[in-house]
Amino acid sequence: MFVDTKSQRRASARAAPARRFRLGESRGAMGLLFMLPAAAVLLLFLAYPLGLGVWLGMTDTRVGRAGQYIGFENYEMLWTDSVFWTSVFNTLLYTVAASIAKFALGLWLALLLNRHLPFKAFLRAIVLLPWIVPTALSAIAFWWIYDSQFSIISWSLTRLGLIEHNINFLGDPTWARASVIIANVWRGIPFVAITLLAGLQTIPPSLYEAATIDGATPWQRFRYVTFPMLTPIIAVVMTFSVLFTFTDFQLIYVLTRGGPLNATHLMATLSFQRAIPGGNLGEGAAIAVTMIPFLLSAILFSYFGLQRRRWQHGGND
Amino acid sequence: MGLFRKSAEAEAPSGADFLESIPRRVVTLWIPLILFLFVLLFPFYWMGITAFKSNEELYNYTDFSPFWVVHPTLDNIHRLLFRTSYPQWLLNTMLVSVVSTFLSLFCAVCAAYAIERLRFKGARYVGLAIFLAYLVPPSILFIPLASMVFAYGLFDTKWALILTYPTFLIPFCTWLLMGYFRSIPYELEECALIDGASRLQILVKILLPLAVPGLISAGIFAFTLSWNEFIYALTFIQSSEQKTVPVGVVTELVEGDVYHWGSLMAGALFGSLPVAILYSFFVEHYVASMTGAVKE
Repeated sequence: MFVDTKSQRRASARAAPARRFRLGESRGAMGLLFMLPAAAVLLLFLAYPLGLGVWLGMTDTRVGRAGQYIGFENYEMLWTDSVFWTSVFNTLLYTVAASIAKFALGLWLALLLNRHLPFKAFLRAIVLLPWIVPTALSAIAFWWIYDSQFSIISWSLTRLGLIEHNINFLGDPTWARASVIIANVWRGIPFVAITLLAGLQTIPPSLYEAATIDGATPWQRFRYVTFPMLTPIIAVVMTFSVLFTFTDFQLIYVLTRGGPLNATHLMATLSFQRAIPGGNLGEGAAIAVTMIPFLLSAILFSYFGLQRRRWQHGGND
Repeated sequence: MGLFRKSAEAEAPSGADFLESIPRRVVTLWIPLILFLFVLLFPFYWMGITAFKSNEELYNYTDFSPFWVVHPTLDNIHRLLFRTSYPQWLLNTMLVSVVSTFLSLFCAVCAAYAIERLRFKGARYVGLAIFLAYLVPPSILFIPLASMVFAYGLFDTKWALILTYPTFLIPFCTWLLMGYFRSIPYELEECALIDGASRLQILVKILLPLAVPGLISAGIFAFTLSWNEFIYALTFIQSSEQKTVPVGVVTELVEGDVYHWGSLMAGALFGSLPVAILYSFFVEHYVASMTGAVKE
């Protein structure tokens, strides 16, 4: 008796939503409805500007004046523009040097934080600070640290007897390049370290125990256990790191504005300088568009990194 | 997933730590770790200490040790608060960040639910497109966006920022929430469906309460990202009263060739504090979701 009524009730309850499901809640319509807000914003302010940027790159638009189609003239001009090529070289140097340093130091820091430590959570929290605070504001701190007269680094090195004169950190082209790369590495290390740390924590301790019992040295444990287990996360983190370093703007803008002698101009800062203060929107957009192939290759690299990950999962599980 | 991470953490991460001698541990662990911490935190110390130095102390390294403040002063902070528009910038940044965060969270919750749970036709490709949208950097979008902002008459208003910040917030939040929704058992929703709840009811009454930690971390992320945003705010805003903190400090506190280092550092410090404090309250969420999002 009791069982009967219960099953009946269940059956009638099931019938009602099923009918409603057919009427008003077809997945396609509901999906469309729920996607609408996000899609509207992204199409209007992301996809459309992306296309508009490519179009602007082929016009001679200036601030306050609509442009005319001029084909590839902007690109032809850039091709013979030595400042543009300097900025391409700087961007590649900046990205490669900073990414390698961030990876090496970040991995090292992650390995250190993965060991037995007191105040583990606290340490992890303060390590993330450089990543949290606004880049423009920490760049101001670096601006002061790199001051030509009152640099604390110059002062300390002089007191230690290592240098005679103050280093002109942001005034000398070579020093300026090194300085902005160091500032970028400083900001990027926490992200790489904390993400790799999460990867390290998913590696089963039993693997290390087995390796230790088999007589593996610490280096062998790192090379043959840690590193292979970590490669998928390394691929993801480094893709992000490369993308963000390649398109960096704030740090350069605050520290050097591209100077001295364009030695630190990145493609992003050059495109800003030509487009907004220079008023030449078309040319700036063209420079921005030339960044796209580089970004696409970085994304493809990450895609293949993820492909390998699936294969690895099959092998590891 | 969270549980698994905790348990792995509790056990020894690398098998034979206890076999290590103390001197070896000092050299391989403590010295590098302290160096790392020193380098990573020194700029903040320097920022803080400069903000409280008087000008004679600031430029006189022979009579005063640069690493310490002998006569702390509030002059720099006073100048910052009462002789610049700094409080206004703080207010602007707060307003823009909060509004764009909530706007993005709303869009992201709907989108993540649609992609992850409604699984409409093509949901997979939409998810991929959202991920790709996250990879589009602001530095290639700001020029066309600037021309749009001009055209729509939004130039030099907060709306220019409130409407453009979601372009990088929505993809990120959606991506994060998709991962979070996936970790909530689908059976709960099935039960609700059987009990006759509509999709909207399920989202509001079942899924969202369970996803509160995910919503908090997405919200913090979005707030920090918009607080830290620079290039759009620099391009779309001209008048001093509309500027955000990072842009205001960089562009307005330098008068010609006179650098008021004390006020600059105080400005940088107070501009960093809100995000640092917010984040210190929710650091566990933050780290967990950051690493969770990347792991996915």
